Amino acid sequence: MDLRLPSKVLEHILSFVDSNEDRNSVSLVCKSWFETERRTRKRVFVRNCYAVTPEAVARRFPETRSLTLKGKPHFADYNLVPDGWGGYAWPWIEAMAAKCPSLDELRLKRMVVTDECLEKIAASFKDFKVLVLTSCEGFSTDGLAAIAVACSNLRELELRECIVEDLGGDWLSYFPETLTSLVSLDFSCLDSEVKLSDLERLVSRSPNLKSLKLNRAVSLDALGSLLRLAPQLVELGTGSFSDKLDQEAVSKLSQAFSEMKELKSLSGLWDVLPEYIPLLYSVCPGLTSLNLSYATVQMPDLVELLTRCSNLQKLWVMDLIEDKGLEVVASSCKELRELRVFPSGAEGLNDTNVAMTEQGLVSVSEGCPNLESVLYFCVQFTNAAMVTIARNRPNLTCFRLCVMEPFSPDHKTQQPLDEGFKAIVERCKDLQRLSVSGLLTNKAFEYIGTHGKKLRMLSIAFAGDSDLMLHHLLSGCESLNKLEIRDCPFGDTALLENAAKLETMRSLWMSSCCVSFGACKLLSQKMPKLNVEVIDEHPLETRPDSSPVERIYIYRTLAGPRLDMPEFVWTTQKNPEIGVSHLAIK
Amino acid sequence: MSLEEELQSNVSVASSSPTKNTAGGGGLKVHNYFGLSDSSSVESSTLSGRVEDDKATISLKATELTLGLPGSQSTELDLLSPAKLNEKPFFPLLPSKDEICSSSSHKNIVASGNKRGFSDTMYTEKNWMFPESVAAQSVVKKEVPQNIPKGQLSTTNNSSSPPAAKAQIVGWPPVRSYRKNTLATTCKNSDEVDGKPGSAALFVKVSMDGAPYLRKVDLRSYTNYGELSSALEKMFTTFTLGHCGSNGAPGKDMLNETKLKDLLNGKDYVLTYEDKDGDWMLVGDVPWEMFIDVCKKLKIMKGCDAIGLAAAPRAIEKSKMRA
Repeated sequence: MDLRLPSKVLEHILSFVDSNEDRNSVSLVCKSWFETERRTRKRVFVRNCYAVTPEAVARRFPETRSLTLKGKPHFADYNLVPDGWGGYAWPWIEAMAAKCPSLDELRLKRMVVTDECLEKIAASFKDFKVLVLTSCEGFSTDGLAAIAVACSNLRELELRECIVEDLGGDWLSYFPETLTSLVSLDFSCLDSEVKLSDLERLVSRSPNLKSLKLNRAVSLDALGSLLRLAPQLVELGTGSFSDKLDQEAVSKLSQAFSEMKELKSLSGLWDVLPEYIPLLYSVCPGLTSLNLSYATVQMPDLVELLTRCSNLQKLWVMDLIEDKGLEVVASSCKELRELRVFPSGAEGLNDTNVAMTEQGLVSVSEGCPNLESVLYFCVQFTNAAMVTIARNRPNLTCFRLCVMEPFSPDHKTQQPLDEGFKAIVERCKDLQRLSVSGLLTNKAFEYIGTHGKKLRMLSIAFAGDSDLMLHHLLSGCESLNKLEIRDCPFGDTALLENAAKLETMRSLWMSSCCVSFGACKLLSQKMPKLNVEVIDEHPLETRPDSSPVERIYIYRTLAGPRLDMPEFVWTTQKNPEIGVSHLAIK
Repeated sequence: MSLEEELQSNVSVASSSPTKNTAGGGGLKVHNYFGLSDSSSVESSTLSGRVEDDKATISLKATELTLGLPGSQSTELDLLSPAKLNEKPFFPLLPSKDEICSSSSHKNIVASGNKRGFSDTMYTEKNWMFPESVAAQSVVKKEVPQNIPKGQLSTTNNSSSPPAAKAQIVGWPPVRSYRKNTLATTCKNSDEVDGKPGSAALFVKVSMDGAPYLRKVDLRSYTNYGELSSALEKMFTTFTLGHCGSNGAPGKDMLNETKLKDLLNGKDYVLTYEDKDGDWMLVGDVPWEMFIDVCKKLKIMKGCDAIGLAAAPRAIEKSKMRA
């Protein structure tokens, strides 16, 4: 009796299996299951674009509809990765264009995308629907025009915090009159003004438009007319909120806002003037997500807004909110799940010290039972506060604390912040992401290694006494996937001791630490499944083995050493004289 | 709790069970960077199971892994005895271990009672140019201790860092550069008309024939053509300039920095720019101030392609790098 499942039946069954984790398991059962699975996989996630070659992915999953790629390491966001390091989208787009004609969704993060890439996308994929670029760079508004012109069924075009060469606002005018399928448009990171009449026409012929995020150049007046054309919006990113409007315009705008019954997410609010805050009151009760991180609004106005946001789940705000404001959040926003407080002072926006301390976060941890994700920039903190927060919120999954002055101790006891972080990792058993700061000794990392069993991502800066700290982390944190470290005296010993651990992780970044050139060579020779990249802007050939290197980036890979490394990236296999190969972007 | 405690833990050989601490193998001692001389201890690599008991040295040698790798003999970093300082290789961008451990013990720091900046924490004051108000460029700079023989120094020139001198550490606090740039224009309340950021920086793209990607330079960070030219030379030495094969692969003519300079200085490559009218002109014809006002893009072109650009502006298709 033939017990083999006919592949058509298996295909049908697999069409119900969405999770790629499950699909990965399916593909390990036997060859025929591997074959059936790979031909039916619709969404592919490659979280490190150098972990595997584009050709291998395209060959294996020819029917894929959606590709998600991540390029540069996270610390690239903070200028720690030199320009030209890599992360080029071109080879991927080329490979997918050749082998995966059904591709209609592309989501890229921290990659270099050129106009040629965008033109290639427009030309190669007949039914292209979704383009989401997050923290990408390398393209201009001309490339956007290419997408606009050619993708007649475009649904989503989102540029999230990209660095775009802005050649003007014409690109928007290239959307054809026949395009009516738009669901989401985000051009908030562009500078130039787009033609309002084109934008209005686009919005009015897009009945499915749910998310619209404008750039700063869109005036308040223009916002009014757009809202009237799209009252069904679920997500809105306003443009500049500071023009002077006359009374009639203000009341029209107020009316427009009150018509927006579906609005759940609000962002933008650049330069918002306090007198316009009341315009938003009508939408507050429905909001689940509010991003005020670019709104330089003072605490009293923020409070007025937030008392009305009883359903808020996600709040991004600047530290102008102060402890008092966070107390209001604690009492008004009982559904809050995610809180991010950004520094206003980092760029001289607010030269005087803002009255925000650890107490603000403590209040929120007390008042908001669903709080699970925190990013908090502040000037000082205490162990006691962290202990309280941990006790209140053992359900935290993400805790990122940035005490802005490096090496700051507990400001009341002058002790290191070891005990505070200990409480966090001990109590919050589901903690997956942790960023530490302040004065920390070995002990803190011993605690993290002992208790942080579910920790997947860990960020460390200006901490530590010795290699033992790194050793605690690498040997203790079983689920560790991404580790990024800067300016810590971690060195070779722990790295070499725990070399095998590195193959179980996605990546390790260490910059301005004490890793020697020799250790890097040793590691890369011993661990062929890792790419050990030394990123150092000084020549390495003549360096003694014991000299420390500026940065190392180590990641597991099936693809072997990459071929597009610039001169300042060194690996054992690479000939330092070779420049950038043709496999890099066009 | 004291930092000076010494932990003894047994760690397994790296290649077998990375996440468990099993008995056997050597001990891993706490390396105490604050160590006072009588409590100092050092870590040793223990892959071979050997424990280095010499308290005054740290061994970087993982004996099991050093076989066959040239130049990988262990170097003894002498942490505590200044006499051996001059044997230690010194990389000026990073704090060296001996300086770290030669500062006061943690107990003293804890008792200080004030919030402190860098200068009075783990690193001795003189070796971190890092106190509150001093500009520190891309990586923390260090003063060079006098007794290091010059021959062992790698270049102390930290000029690869961006010229915009802000008194802060690169990438700290960890706020996305996108956000920083955006907020910078907020507080300037700038008179942007065409979307360029205010007088803070004037970024233009620089492309080069044959190079696969573009770079950006901030024109306001230079004061004359000479500075711009040398910055560009530095930037583009990573590119191969030889003739590429038909598939675009780098050709056999690999060039090093010297040759590039010669090329740029010679006739083979010229620096051109696109002005506000869209015309491509040779760089250097107009006064610097006027130049940065009108320059929209830069391009390093092959000399033969730039024929005719000399003095009279001429509109050229900007297809070269975008074809």
